[in-house]
Amino acid sequence: MSGKVAIVGAGYTPLRAVSPEASFRELIFEAAVRAYEDAGITPRDIDAVVSIAEDYHDGTCIMDEYTPDQLGAVQKPVHTVTGDGLQGLAVAAMLLQTGAFNVVVLEGHSKASNLRHPAHVEAMALDPTYVRPHGWHPVFVAGLEMQRFLHDAGVTAAQTARVAAKNKRNALRNPLAAYPAQVSAEQVRASRPLAAPLTEMETAPPADGAFVFVLASEGAVSRCKGPPVFVDGIAWISDTCNLFTRDWGRAVYAEKAARQAYELAGIRDPQRDLSFAEVDDTYAYKELQHLEALGLAPRGQSGRLLEQGVFDAGGRLPVNVSGGCLGCGYLHDASPLRGVLEAVLQLRGHAGERQVPDARRGLVSSWRGIPTATGGVAVLSRR
Amino acid sequence: MGKVAVLGAGLTKFMRRSLETGRELCWEAASAALREADLSLADIDCVVMATAPDAFDGVHMKGEYLLDGAGAKGKPYVRVYVGGGSGVFAPIAGWYHLASGAFRTCLVVAEEKMSPTQPHPQGAFNAIYDQFTERPLGVNLLWIFSLEQMRYMHTYNIPLELIARVAVKNKRNAKDHPACQLGGEFTVEEVLGAEVMSYPVTRLMVSPVTDGAAAIVLANEEFAKKKGKNHVWVEGVGWNLDTSYWTNRDLAYPEYVEKAATMAYKMAGITKPREEIHVVEPYDPFAYKELHHLEGLQLADKGQAPRLLEKGYWDRDTTTGIPATPSGGLLGVGNPIAAAGLMKVAEIFWQLQGKAGARQIRRNAKRGLAQAWGDLMQVGTVVILGV
Repeated sequence: MSGKVAIVGAGYTPLRAVSPEASFRELIFEAAVRAYEDAGITPRDIDAVVSIAEDYHDGTCIMDEYTPDQLGAVQKPVHTVTGDGLQGLAVAAMLLQTGAFNVVVLEGHSKASNLRHPAHVEAMALDPTYVRPHGWHPVFVAGLEMQRFLHDAGVTAAQTARVAAKNKRNALRNPLAAYPAQVSAEQVRASRPLAAPLTEMETAPPADGAFVFVLASEGAVSRCKGPPVFVDGIAWISDTCNLFTRDWGRAVYAEKAARQAYELAGIRDPQRDLSFAEVDDTYAYKELQHLEALGLAPRGQSGRLLEQGVFDAGGRLPVNVSGGCLGCGYLHDASPLRGVLEAVLQLRGHAGERQVPDARRGLVSSWRGIPTATGGVAVLSRR
Repeated sequence: MGKVAVLGAGLTKFMRRSLETGRELCWEAASAALREADLSLADIDCVVMATAPDAFDGVHMKGEYLLDGAGAKGKPYVRVYVGGGSGVFAPIAGWYHLASGAFRTCLVVAEEKMSPTQPHPQGAFNAIYDQFTERPLGVNLLWIFSLEQMRYMHTYNIPLELIARVAVKNKRNAKDHPACQLGGEFTVEEVLGAEVMSYPVTRLMVSPVTDGAAAIVLANEEFAKKKGKNHVWVEGVGWNLDTSYWTNRDLAYPEYVEKAATMAYKMAGITKPREEIHVVEPYDPFAYKELHHLEGLQLADKGQAPRLLEKGYWDRDTTTGIPATPSGGLLGVGNPIAAAGLMKVAEIFWQLQGKAGARQIRRNAKRGLAQAWGDLMQVGTVVILGV
């Protein structure tokens, strides 16, 4: 990548199980106003906008249509990426690196509470010819994957339950979180099974919210007010979502993306060079699977390190100190933007009582959910 | 800003109810583009997908479903989406992947499989409208375009016969396109006399329901120069999204197309588009849209594109005008939405290389423009290629 890119403004709404008081456009407006104020810009300063959305999540055909007004971006270069927040961040960074733009805005939101039957939507992502006609609840994909991961990595179901307990506990110190809770691993394990061995409390519950970020090219950073957080490296990889040919035990996409992101960021030893990590935990086992794929735990060691407290809020490498998806809520493709927000707050020293001491460099990782094998890795830092 | 070249393009046949799945259509187009570029998948650093509403294929996260066919397994892969403008936006996304310096090569694929939507894709189009104010009216796309066409005709006093001539021209041009679905010789009377879909739009003034895919291969300057000579370069790109509140806009003139074109002309260093653009593929899902867009692109004064059409200015064999839609466009070749936009970019690529066969324009072309439009008649996407 040529030329440094920084996040200079972050805006967000609180994350809540329901938001009957606001439409998705009003949520985005609230986040945008905060982001522009944070960056010290007005809509006139915006050169381009990237939004992330999937039609089925919003119940609208062509979500791109409903992007510009609430962002103050009417008659500007605006487009949608039907990908996750990190793919959106990568696109915003690339636009800046072309040199054609100085200030680019990134938007992502979730109005998950509008989905009466989220599983029906998820099922529409299954192969229409070979898989969907069976009529299975799509969570079977996560159950199968978890089973295979536990088998391959030697991780136990007690350890994955501990992930959920940790993240929900971390969320108690995050005022944005929708689902903070003090629960034990035993309670998590004993909750309703969804697709054995996966239980209900190991599954991130849906939430509503919106995020808007202002990004600037290196030359434009000084013109913005917000303390800059630099994108040192970002990478994203898609593996197949074909259930018959995919790798079930490993998160291949995260392995490849991490290698590329570390190379761009000049990271040799991620366990040493990172102050914290916001790792996808849509399901509790995914956090451990991703930690191993990201090189933040040796293969087969993630469960043991978790038990030793390495990934706790006060541990050697705090993971999902924000509460993650399990504690804050699952926001569809906007979920990794919650991770990016946490990274911005931590690196600016604005994370309040959950502040990681001397946070210099953090990692955000993503996964696009069932049935995909797509995910990204971003390394962010302060100067 | 790094320079970006087009190395190859490929298309599937455009048709209704293809027996191939969307993945297979992608594979066919991507393979053809790679063959023309003389590259293999191993040479490709990243993949961009464009495909319009998931509702057509009936697949949620359609980009994920299609990625195997597009050759994206194990690679950085992004799907971009600006409704009907997606096909011309796809190479713009490919451009920023390479111009940023992040990658050397990019495979750009566009796919659409509209025929699974039963009984008709127009039903899915109801969901593009505002949930509260418009959807309950049971409206579809034909309805909004007939409104816009009426406004355009009324503002500039354009007779319906002139608009029908766009369909005659494009369907005739399409006869020479190997991918064509609806090419043929029609008279103005036949176009006007066809079944009325939503007055004043008749069946022959609207593009058909189509399945198909298109692909192009892009490379940065260093890679392209190693690969050969006589390249076609991406000289300018532009895109622009207008308000969602379409009722607040003047429907007679597409400002968003003007703004997208202005951005692309500036990047390409073009100050006199009527002299510096030698061939154009404006978006023509409806007959009047071609004229509407030619005006937005500044290639004709407001309300004047139909008069120039009358004089043969946009004909394929013109030597004094600007050939418009030599491919046959959406009205003739077919309209697999995103793939149709990318087909237009491929047409400019082949025209500039002199490889358009029976469709080759007579005037010598050094620079061409492809444009698409989409969302709630709200977005313009423009790509300028040059040799």
